Amino acid sequence: MVEPHLHRLTLPNGLRVVLAPAPGGAGHAPVVGLSVHYDVGFRSEPEGRTGFAHLFEHLMFQGSESLEKLAHFRHVQGSGGVFNGSTHQDYTDYFQVLPSAALERGLFLEADRMRAPRLTEENLRNQVDVVKEEIRLNVLNRPYGGFPWILLPPVLYSTFANAHNGYGDFTDLERATVDDCAAFFDTFYAPGNAVLTITGDFDVEHATELVHRHFGDVPAREVGPRRSFAEPAPSGEQRDKQQDAHAPLPALALGYRLPDPVGELDSYLAHVVLSSVLTDGDAARLQQRLLHREQLVVEINASAGLMGAPLDARDPDTFNLMAIHTPEVGADRVVAAVDEELERLAAEGPSAAELARVTARWQAGLHREQDRIVSRTLDLGSTELLHGRAELVSELPDRFAAVTAEDVAAAAKALRPDSRAVLEIEPAEQNSAGGAA
Amino acid sequence: MTLANHRSAEEIGRTERGPRNLPPLGEPRAGQEPQVVDTVLDNGLRVVAARHGAVPMVELRLRIPFAGSEPDHAARAELLAETLLTGTERRDRVRVDTDLAAVGGDLEASVDPERLTVGGNALASGLDDLLDVLDDALTGAVYRDEEIAAERDRLVERITVARSQPRVIAREELQRHRYGDHPFAREVPEAADVARVDAERVRELHRQKVVPSGATLVLVGDVDPERAVVAASRALGGWRSDHRAGELPALPAVGGGSLRLVHREGAVQSQLRLSAQALPRTDARYPALQIANLCFGGYFSSRLVENIREDKGYTYGAHSTFEFTPGNGTVLVDADTASEVTAAALLETRYELGRMAVVPPSGAEVESARQYAIGSLLTSTSSQSGLATLLSVLAGVGLGQEWLSAQPDRLRAVTADEVAEAAAGFFAPTAFTGVVVGDADELSEPLRALGGVELP
Repeated sequence: MVEPHLHRLTLPNGLRVVLAPAPGGAGHAPVVGLSVHYDVGFRSEPEGRTGFAHLFEHLMFQGSESLEKLAHFRHVQGSGGVFNGSTHQDYTDYFQVLPSAALERGLFLEADRMRAPRLTEENLRNQVDVVKEEIRLNVLNRPYGGFPWILLPPVLYSTFANAHNGYGDFTDLERATVDDCAAFFDTFYAPGNAVLTITGDFDVEHATELVHRHFGDVPAREVGPRRSFAEPAPSGEQRDKQQDAHAPLPALALGYRLPDPVGELDSYLAHVVLSSVLTDGDAARLQQRLLHREQLVVEINASAGLMGAPLDARDPDTFNLMAIHTPEVGADRVVAAVDEELERLAAEGPSAAELARVTARWQAGLHREQDRIVSRTLDLGSTELLHGRAELVSELPDRFAAVTAEDVAAAAKALRPDSRAVLEIEPAEQNSAGGAA
Repeated sequence: MTLANHRSAEEIGRTERGPRNLPPLGEPRAGQEPQVVDTVLDNGLRVVAARHGAVPMVELRLRIPFAGSEPDHAARAELLAETLLTGTERRDRVRVDTDLAAVGGDLEASVDPERLTVGGNALASGLDDLLDVLDDALTGAVYRDEEIAAERDRLVERITVARSQPRVIAREELQRHRYGDHPFAREVPEAADVARVDAERVRELHRQKVVPSGATLVLVGDVDPERAVVAASRALGGWRSDHRAGELPALPAVGGGSLRLVHREGAVQSQLRLSAQALPRTDARYPALQIANLCFGGYFSSRLVENIREDKGYTYGAHSTFEFTPGNGTVLVDADTASEVTAAALLETRYELGRMAVVPPSGAEVESARQYAIGSLLTSTSSQSGLATLLSVLAGVGLGQEWLSAQPDRLRAVTADEVAEAAAGFFAPTAFTGVVVGDADELSEPLRALGGVELP
């Protein structure tokens, strides 16, 4: 693959910039991607303000000194571009993909809200309503809403930062004030706490000049030391059961602690490979046994990373295994089968063929991520932010290839029954399946 | 945790220098169009191959028209799609997956009332292996009794899970409301039908309908298009049949009329789903209609989103999209809203439809939508997977890369009058029908007051 050559600069106000021009060639589009990653996610929000980091992300789209409400959307889309933002455990990202001719405009829009967002009561109330609709859509009004990303952390973790609901309780969202927004912005949205990434079809020299022009006079502000969210792994198996009014079938999630993604990267990657050996494809161990041979589950999936994607957070991070099963089977049989397969892998490791298969699929998957300009931009930005080295993105295929059978066996051994969370979802008595009039 | 000494929101939103001017757009930069070969093999399979992108991958999309009018067609088709890649004389389920994984590959089959799709990808160096697995399934899938039996049980459970999703319930209700018992309305099969399908019924369907004539294969990626066609021809040349693919019977035009309220127990949010007749992509008026649709609700900076989300906070997302089938197009409008504001959101939606009919989009609205239509075509086809999917969709209605290349110019040529005409002709509230799914105990009274809604 053609490696994008990375260029880096840091502005005097502390803003870190990653430039990754795409190689030209057959079938390349005149398109640029740009993103800003702020080093704050929902783990940093204060007690009594669950969901605040995400709510604040919405407010960043509501106008800034040079831009009325609605202007951001209109300028991006009216230039032929697309935009979005998302809030994660440890960071919040904002991105645009635009025709190359709109690069300066995109940078202007990002710089204006980094410098002077309009945080008003009217926009705050409007976006509290919008976020509540988002939560109804994705959590409250559907089966398995928030499963497992909202429901598992309170079983596995004990501190507020790691355990609480990052989407937020309605009461907390309604309590948010404009002054909370001002405090949050001044604390976390300083240029020195952000990474700007530009990818795609552009000249490095020209882009560098535009970055200085638009971000250069965003005033520097103090950035406090980053908090650690470390907490001890659970002692013993932590169990919980939750009712789901919309779910037609029971479900189950197992949660384990992962190695530190930054400090113990290779061991972390062994867990990522393990997740694929377990559930990625019909030949994967748990698919073969639980889905096809013994037919204990309707669906099963393992992943490193709370939100389903690896390398998306700092320590502590979560290994998830979730399954939907029939009431006749029961959670215990599923857990027992998973434990047996983990023990077998811990003792024998995966076969060379299994490892080769998983490695090839990861390699292909990483190529596809690099091919989509949105994911390429966001991967570079989040990796620069979390790991300090965007280069890691293109090194990952080799790092995956270097994972050995012994590494995977050690990862399987580390997923211990006496230090995990077990969450069961039970359909409520009167479930609402069906749309009979 | 947050700074004690922070500025006020007012101070934050103001700088000494004051507001700045939006920079103009720069010079447009030329990209490079993909090299495309578009040809029909002598077994009737159309192959579209394109070199595109910089990563060493190839994307594959096979599309076979797959409509059927038998009452159990949806059940048979779903079981076929779930088991097509689970065994041949040469490979069992695990071997299929293992051989694909060896070249970083994946293949997945899915079906809807119109077509069977096999989509996937692999490292470009593994194209021959990917095609070999595909050919093996197309010409030699055996549908072992035990695979069918196991898949049947799982499918019954999955149907239960699918039908607990509000969006699935709303889609089924809308399809029934728009199309009655037309085959297009049968998406999720009935569990009872699935339980009755045996392996022989699936094999029979494969013999009749998994055929090359009328089907399209798209290959996009780091491949030489000529060589990719040769590879496809070599791998799939033996896939032959006297049958012709199953084209969907023509759909009746969607007529305007009352919405239907459908009760869903325990709902805290309602699904608004409206629809009206539109145009096929090939119609000369389509580019103007596309711009009109963007102005109404087809992107974020639209009248509907700016009203019911950004002004009123009634919804997280409102959308207006086209659904194309061969020779036909309809428009679908959707928003999910809390029960207490559902009637108000419907009122505003009708208001915005009415406004489209009598207050045409302004020059600025048309320009913004035009730029978005052109730009988003560029961004969505900048990836290999995006281009492959769009070429496959276009192939389904008989179009190809030449349509894609010419579409920006067609959009540039649209006049504000043409947009006004399309808006008035297709977005009048009287042209729409639809459903509301939600808690009827809470919704009935306000919807009765609004009128135009059949209550349960």
